[in-house]
Amino acid sequence: MSFKILSNQKLSENVFQMDVEAPLVARSREAGQFVIVSVDEDAGERIPLTISGANSEKGSIRLIYQRVGKATAQMAQLGEGDTLGYIVGPLGQPTHIEKFGTVVCVGGGIGNAPLLPIVTALKEAGNTVISILGARNRELLILEDDFKTVSDELIVLTDDGSYGRKGLVTEPLKEVCSRDPKPDFAIAIGPAIMMKFCCQTTKEFAVPTQVSLNTIMVDGTGMCGGCRVEVGGQTKFVCVDGPEFDGHKVNFDQMMKRMGAYKALEQKAFENFKDHKCKIGLNQ
Amino acid sequence: MTELNEKLQQLIEKQSAGELKAKDRYEISAQDMPAQDGGQRRSNMNEVALGYTKIQARLEAMRCLQCRNAPCVEGCPVRIRIRDFVVAIAEGKDEEALAIIKENSLLPAVCGRVCPQEVQCQERCTVGKKFKDPEQSVSIGRLERYVADLAKSDSNAPQVAAPTGKKAAVIGSGPGGIVVAADVRRAGHEVTIFEAFHKPGGVLVYGIPEFRLPKSIVQEEIDVLKKMGVEIVCNFVVGRTRTIKELMEEDGYDAVYVGVGAGLPKFMNIEGEHLVGVYSANEYLTRANLMKAYEFGKGADTPIAVSKNVAVLGGGNVAMDAARMAVRLGAENVYLVYRRSEKEMPARIEEVHHAKEEGVQFCTLQNPKQILGDDQGNVTGMECLKYELGEPDDSGRRRPVAIEGSEFTIDVDTVIVAIGNGANPLIEQTTPGLEFNKWGNIVVDENCKTSLDGVYAGGDIVLGAATVILAMGQGRIAAAAMNQYLAK
Repeated sequence: MSFKILSNQKLSENVFQMDVEAPLVARSREAGQFVIVSVDEDAGERIPLTISGANSEKGSIRLIYQRVGKATAQMAQLGEGDTLGYIVGPLGQPTHIEKFGTVVCVGGGIGNAPLLPIVTALKEAGNTVISILGARNRELLILEDDFKTVSDELIVLTDDGSYGRKGLVTEPLKEVCSRDPKPDFAIAIGPAIMMKFCCQTTKEFAVPTQVSLNTIMVDGTGMCGGCRVEVGGQTKFVCVDGPEFDGHKVNFDQMMKRMGAYKALEQKAFENFKDHKCKIGLNQ
Repeated sequence: MTELNEKLQQLIEKQSAGELKAKDRYEISAQDMPAQDGGQRRSNMNEVALGYTKIQARLEAMRCLQCRNAPCVEGCPVRIRIRDFVVAIAEGKDEEALAIIKENSLLPAVCGRVCPQEVQCQERCTVGKKFKDPEQSVSIGRLERYVADLAKSDSNAPQVAAPTGKKAAVIGSGPGGIVVAADVRRAGHEVTIFEAFHKPGGVLVYGIPEFRLPKSIVQEEIDVLKKMGVEIVCNFVVGRTRTIKELMEEDGYDAVYVGVGAGLPKFMNIEGEHLVGVYSANEYLTRANLMKAYEFGKGADTPIAVSKNVAVLGGGNVAMDAARMAVRLGAENVYLVYRRSEKEMPARIEEVHHAKEEGVQFCTLQNPKQILGDDQGNVTGMECLKYELGEPDDSGRRRPVAIEGSEFTIDVDTVIVAIGNGANPLIEQTTPGLEFNKWGNIVVDENCKTSLDGVYAGGDIVLGAATVILAMGQGRIAAAAMNQYLAK
């Protein structure tokens, strides 16, 4: 099976959107599920990425990823006609979609990508959807137009005020939760720190909140346990029990520490890769 | 070596004259397995045990008394005609020996290396009984490996019967799946193996390290399957990519074998297990073996902890593998922490010996109470309790009892939990109608048939934690039943 790349587009400084052939995944994937991708067939790093969309006619899936290390930098260099080493999935439990009533959906940075199919499915299920999107600056904001078409209300913020409101997503989230009637359900997907503070905000208003976690994984099928998080005092595996959990029960502080486990090693690998790239003249 | 050879020639003369008596056989000393030097192998991944020479193998085989009742065969889960193959080696007929083994076992190069012979065939051996020492038994496993390795280069694919038009799916490419695929394919059915990882072999490639089972040996077995026409599809998670129902109802598979392994690591449920630096043995070994973390930055991109002081929790073969891997990855101190005494350890004696030779420090009758960390969330130590042995428990082993107030702390930066696996819930969650027991293991009958027609299962997902040979044994039974079912 070859995983042929149909397109690989730059969405912002470090964010890319790849459409890649994976017919078996495209056929069975549902909102909220993820795949594991490797650039190299043999000893490449296995990267978990949420599926942001699929085209069943072309048998392709859409992956939106951020260039943060060696493996994602390698992905960013690929173009139409190139292939990925492998893709496995869809993995994880699909998002539970039902008619809640009014749902407030918060996306931060790259988190907008996995959030979009969920918002779309919620809208199709008859919910009123309020979307709040945050980014560090205008350049880094992705998928605004897509959210516009599937949301009843859209609030956009940037940290530096270069676009939309200036501030953090928790401010409008608090406002939305203060409305009468308050939202029936909330979803937050983004950096761990953002999800942590969103959950603190919604907890005050007792709005049930779901988060999607993106921890370190190896196999993605429950075998290694590297992705474990503490949810409500119990150990859960993100790959088989998640990736979505009740955000009010997740131990975010612990999770964030675990996610930094290989930071130094990864940074070194990335630096070596960048150095090497300069030397062989591939630097773009 | 010439001395050994002279000894062998004398024995061969006696043998040809029909004068080789039990007394002569007892006098032949048990042949030691040549091995890489303990110090040297601490820093390489190469296989530790190097294998018998021809002379050694024949001498060792001559130690066999050729018992009429062949008790060794009773100890073998797949009933290899052990006495007969050992006799063949003693007579210098190595090829015949291999043919005899292959009647019952498809993976002699693997089993010769990883089977726990000392609690199976060799435990029953009359020679071991005579010396009242199981380590004096005929080294059946080493002899099996010897003949298997001789034939490695010309691994001819077994004959395949004429096409039947029937299709079987094998889920999981571990030892059980390999056996089922071969046996079902031989009967002329089309066979597809589905593997979740990017490389086939299951526990033989992600779990058992290179230094104990070279991956090239597993690859050869996989290549034989391919030569037979078995299709191998990697990166395919049954239950997610396709369900069993979809495979049977939409994709045209007439029968399915579920050999997915146990695949859900157990943790101790103690404070500190979420700290950075705490691994399941599965994760540690998968990173190191399958993902080649030992070559991080030199072609491999999967990182692993750079450890100075490592504690491995558990006393089984997986614990030994993890401890010995940590040694090779450069740890200065590797502690094997086990709550019973060494006598109760489920690991193979040979693995225990090898671990000690490589400098693994055995801390028996101890168990962690909590894992300690710093404010960055990194492991800094482990608080342990001392234990003593009480009355025997259900398993017949003496129950370890904590000694109150015996707490002490050891400095470690990495903790590897190797206390076994629970059943992976994926097949259970996605296969309505398939019956499971309360531990999440699939319920099967004596033919390894499940509660669903056409669906068979074996190995760890049925037995809980088992061994390579038990998985193969079940695979054989299931394959026979599947062939019967498909012939209808």
